[in-house]
Amino acid sequence: MSHKRHSVAVQRHARAPVFAALGDETRLALVAKLCGRQLYSISQLTQGSRLTRQAITKHLRVLESAGIVHSVRAGRESRFEFDPEPIEGIKEYLDFVSAQWDQALSRLKSFVED
Amino acid sequence: MNDHIAKRIELKAPVSRVWRALTDYREFGQWFRVNLDGPFVPGQVSRGQITYPGYEHLKWEAVVQKMDPERLFSFTWHPYVVDPKKDYSKEPPTLVEFRLEKTKDGTLLLVTESGFDKIPSDRRLEAFRMNDGGWTQQMKNIENHVTQTS
Repeated sequence: MSHKRHSVAVQRHARAPVFAALGDETRLALVAKLCGRQLYSISQLTQGSRLTRQAITKHLRVLESAGIVHSVRAGRESRFEFDPEPIEGIKEYLDFVSAQWDQALSRLKSFVED
Repeated sequence: MNDHIAKRIELKAPVSRVWRALTDYREFGQWFRVNLDGPFVPGQVSRGQITYPGYEHLKWEAVVQKMDPERLFSFTWHPYVVDPKKDYSKEPPTLVEFRLEKTKDGTLLLVTESGFDKIPSDRRLEAFRMNDGGWTQQMKNIENHVTQTS
């Protein structure tokens, strides 16, 4: 149990960019699109968007640095694919913090009720 | 507001007793398992050493925000920091709030920790649900998780 506690908490450091990356409407929209299919090119992701190719590329790089998408070289262009792991990690982290609170509050309960 | 963890617990003890357990630094330290250097003062940094078995090498550091007697106690911190060598100060902290309410049998304590920010709000989650992606359920899980009140 204690090992688990430690390892999840250590991973927390890497979660901050994931929280930050998801805190943007444009990037969320990109993730929504990407998670529905295997691979998208930048052109495909720019289609139907009011943003320029450059702007979309910039957002994709933020998602990429958080590990939420990966780029795959396909001939002359990059294609992007979704990776669910970092977002699953967020849930794991919140579960961890939540469990810590459960334990602390149960100690508080014994403390004030005794 | 869905970027938070929320807990609610009924305590069979008067509000004044619970308030003391939360805000007297020695009492807080006993149940939270931290050895604090000094009293909590709003606006000031609270420092100490974790006493939870196996984690004694870790430091406690929080900034006390509000102390509204027998009603609200809050602080900001970086939850469950584990690497003593790392500087977490540049990461956004989370806000922990303890709210106390008098009940027939004692005290209702509501604890929230917010600012795990940037977890998508409900409205944003809609965008994910419209998609057929296999991980829609995962987002649903996150939403359930962050909105749970137990």
